[in-house]
Amino acid sequence: MSRQSNRTTDSKKMNAELFTLTYGALVTQLCKDYENDEEVNKQLDKMGYNIGVRLIEDFLARSSVGRRQDFRETADVIAKVAFKMYLGITPSVTNWSPAGDEFSLILESNPLVDFVELPDNHSSLVYSNLLCGVLRGALEMVQMAVDVKFSQDTLRGDNVTEIRMKFIKRMEENLPAGDE
Amino acid sequence: MADDVLFEFLHMEMVYHIYKDQASRGEMDKDRATCVSTLEGMGFRVGQGLIERFTKDSPSFKDDLDVMKFICKDFWINVFRKQIDNLRTNHQGTYVLQDNKFALLTQFSNGKQYLEEAPKYLAYSCGLVRGALSNLGMDCVVTAEVSLMPSCKFQVVIQKI
Repeated sequence: MSRQSNRTTDSKKMNAELFTLTYGALVTQLCKDYENDEEVNKQLDKMGYNIGVRLIEDFLARSSVGRRQDFRETADVIAKVAFKMYLGITPSVTNWSPAGDEFSLILESNPLVDFVELPDNHSSLVYSNLLCGVLRGALEMVQMAVDVKFSQDTLRGDNVTEIRMKFIKRMEENLPAGDE
Repeated sequence: MADDVLFEFLHMEMVYHIYKDQASRGEMDKDRATCVSTLEGMGFRVGQGLIERFTKDSPSFKDDLDVMKFICKDFWINVFRKQIDNLRTNHQGTYVLQDNKFALLTQFSNGKQYLEEAPKYLAYSCGLVRGALSNLGMDCVVTAEVSLMPSCKFQVVIQKI
């Protein structure tokens, strides 16, 4: 890689605390708006989805990653390129299902939860659920329907944070109605 | 290290959510004011948190102007990756901070088309500034205005007690 491109990515890096704290403020606000944790999880996922469908364009434009045919390759790109680029961490990819359609991302540390402690009365809140939505939305834009959820979370006393991804199907490329 | 697009997208979603939520409750009349204050309140809390970290190793400030200079330089660079372009004051507790290319407005068209939407996207940042100043011991009111995209002016009025 040339130096020029390194510099541009550097200048795009911002203070991670701003993002972490902003996210925290958002979750707090959602918890106020909806009294029910399930509803908060759903909202976070939806917002993540909206972010994901836009983020994928940014990602493809900046990463020069081509089209992936294989779910395994996709997993590698997500863990090694996308997470690195946006959150500065590289989760490990493990627990492949025999059919190769399911895997886990293991996050040693989760940058979204840096200053967070989950109170007891929010035991069913999935604090970082936004990430699931982002992954789902982004992959949908490259014609992959994927089910994403947290199966372990350090916030709830697990040793690691684990995101389980399950490939559902490849989506057909539909032309928009009325297009030739 | 998080990437700034991530923050920009999150901010957009946040604004969208707050406004949609209020609209669906059918409180159209006080709609605008409550949305702005909600966003501002979120920013306030985050500004407080940020300033604690930014000023950890910095020497103490001489006076209000010194504090404002810190906001214009270090704080702005940390948050928006650039300095404030112009700082003006009437020496009676009113400061105007002008940013000629405000990060959260650069995604909009430079024309007049979205001028009316712009204030929604400034409330959070006003809160950030107010929260930061509050933790430095200055109670103030922060407002923002846009006359020409993507430049914007933040007005800080220090409250005398």
